[in-house]
Amino acid sequence: MYGGGNSFEAMKATALTDEDPVKLAEFEARIDRGEKIEPSDWMPQLYRKQLIRMIEQHAHSEIIGALPEGTWITRAPGFKRKLALMAKVQDEVGHAQLLYSAAETLGKSREDMIADLINGKSKYSNIFNYPAFTWADSCFISWLVDAGAIVNQIANSKGSYGPYCRALERICAEESFHLKYGHHCVIHLATGTKVQREMMQAAFNRWWVPMMHFFGPSDKISVHSEILMRWKVKMSSNDECRQQFLDMYVPKIWELGLTVPDDKLRKDPETGQWEFTEPDWEEFKRVINGDGPCNKERLAVRRVAEERGAWVRQALLAPKTKYVAPLA
Amino acid sequence: MNTEALKDLLYKIADDQLILGHRNSEWTGFGPLLEEDIAFSSMAQDKVGQSWQIYKLLEELGESEPDMVAFMRNADQFHNCQLVELPNGEYDFSLIRHFLFDMAEQIRFTHLASSSYEPLSLLAKKIKGEIKYHTMHAKIWMKQLGSATEESVSRLQNSLEEAMPYALGIFEPSKFEAELIKEDIFRGEEVIKEEWIEQISAILKETSLKMPDLNSITPVYGGRYGKHTEHLQPLLDEMSEVFKMDPTADW
Repeated sequence: MYGGGNSFEAMKATALTDEDPVKLAEFEARIDRGEKIEPSDWMPQLYRKQLIRMIEQHAHSEIIGALPEGTWITRAPGFKRKLALMAKVQDEVGHAQLLYSAAETLGKSREDMIADLINGKSKYSNIFNYPAFTWADSCFISWLVDAGAIVNQIANSKGSYGPYCRALERICAEESFHLKYGHHCVIHLATGTKVQREMMQAAFNRWWVPMMHFFGPSDKISVHSEILMRWKVKMSSNDECRQQFLDMYVPKIWELGLTVPDDKLRKDPETGQWEFTEPDWEEFKRVINGDGPCNKERLAVRRVAEERGAWVRQALLAPKTKYVAPLA
Repeated sequence: MNTEALKDLLYKIADDQLILGHRNSEWTGFGPLLEEDIAFSSMAQDKVGQSWQIYKLLEELGESEPDMVAFMRNADQFHNCQLVELPNGEYDFSLIRHFLFDMAEQIRFTHLASSSYEPLSLLAKKIKGEIKYHTMHAKIWMKQLGSATEESVSRLQNSLEEAMPYALGIFEPSKFEAELIKEDIFRGEEVIKEEWIEQISAILKETSLKMPDLNSITPVYGGRYGKHTEHLQPLLDEMSEVFKMDPTADW
C-alpha cells in the first residue's frame, strides 16, 4: 500500500550536463513513444537514482504497512476474518518482496535498502506512523488506505520503468481483493450493533486526516519536477489522486451512514471538484520526519526482526550449505 | 460407531491445527527474511483453514458451530498438545517445532485418508496434499541450517532438545485408542510415533544435528485432556478479544 507524496531527491541544475546528449535524446524519445525502459537499457543517472528512491519507499511502505494490520491478525473475530486478514497482510509482504526485486534491477541490494530503512535514511508512507487501536481501525486501513493506494499505483503502473510497472500491475490486482475485503468488514461494522457502529465511526474520526495526508502535500505547496513527469517517473499529481479518491469513496462512506469528520467536505457541482478543509501539512512534515505517534515503534520492530534474523541470513551464506532449491 | 471416541479424535486434531496456525501467523512482519514471513503465513492459513473444516465435522456430530467452538472455549477445554501452544521463540525454535510437528502431521493424515469414517477420510486426503508442502519447507530449512554455521547448528540442536519432550506429547494416547483402532477410524498414536521416529532420524542424519536419546526423555502429556502451559490462555484471550465483545454480532 502506498500513496503519493513521494519524497524525491533534490536535483542539481547540473544533473543532466554530464550525460551523453545523443543517448539522452534517444532515451527521451523512447519514453515519448510509450516504450518501457528495461534494466539493461541506457538511462540517465538521475532517472536511476529517483526510481530507486521511489520504488524503495514503496517497498518499505509495504513491510511497515504490514505492522499496524498485522497486530490484528491474532485478534480477528471469527474464522472468515482471521483467514482473510492473514492472506491480506501476507500479500503486502509479498508486494515488498516484488518491489525490492524491482529496485534491485537498478543496482541497489535489498540488504542496503533495508539498512537505509532502519537507519532512517529512507522514508515510507506516512500513514503507517499512526496506531491501529481497534479492529475498526484495521478495517479502515484495509478498505480506504488500500483504495488510496490503488489510485496511486494504477497511475504509476503506466510509468516508464518496465520492472516497476509489471510489479504494480500484479500488486493492483491483489489490492483490489483487499479493497473488497475491507469494504465488507466496514459494511458489517457500520450496519451492525451500536458498539460496532460507534467503533467504526471513531476509526473514521481518527484516520481521516492521515488519509488526506496520504496523497502528499497539495500541488500548490509541493515541489514539482517537470522532468520526472516527462520521464514518466511521477505519473499524476497529489491533488489529482486525492480528488479521484474522494470522488470514488466519499459517496460510499456516506451511503453507510458514516460521517466524514470535515464540515467543509462537499463536491462543487460546477467545477466537479471536492472542497475540504486543508489538512495540517505541518503535522505531515513533522510525522514524516520522525516525530509521529508510531515512527519509533515501527522502526524498532523492523530493527529487532532484522537483528534476530541475522544468524539465519548468515547461515544461508555459509559455503557448506547445500541449496536444495533456488532461494529467490 | 463410537461418536464420543470420534469427537475426541477430531477435537485434538482441530485444536492442534488452530493453535499452531495462530502461532505461525505471529511471524507475519517479523521473519528473518521476507520469504519466511510469507511461508509461515501460508502454513498458518492452511492450518487455521484445516481446523475450521474439522470443527465443521464436529458440528455435524452435534457440537456448536466452529466460531463458537474456536473463540469461546477456555484453555482447559482445549485438546491440543502443549508443543503447539509454546511461544514462537526465536526462528530456530519455530523451525524445529514446525519440523517435528508437521512430520507427524503428514503421517497422521496419510493414515486418516483411509479412515472408515468417510467425512474424515475425504478431508484427510485434501489436507495431506497441503501438509506435503509444509514438510518440504521444513526439510529444506533443516538441511540448510542444520549443517551451515556453528551458530545455526548449535541453535537448532538446543531447540531440538528443548522441543523433544513436548513433541513426544503429540502422541499422548487417547482414552479411546482401542475403540478407534478397532473401528478402523484411526491407526493409533503408537503407529504414527514409530514411523515419525524413523523419518525424523533419517533427516537429522543428513545434517550435523544429533537425534536426542528418546529413552531418557519423559514425554509431556496432559494437553489432550485440558492440561496446558501458562501460554495457552493468553493466546486464547488475544484471539477472542474482538469476538467476545459481542459473540452474537455479525463481524
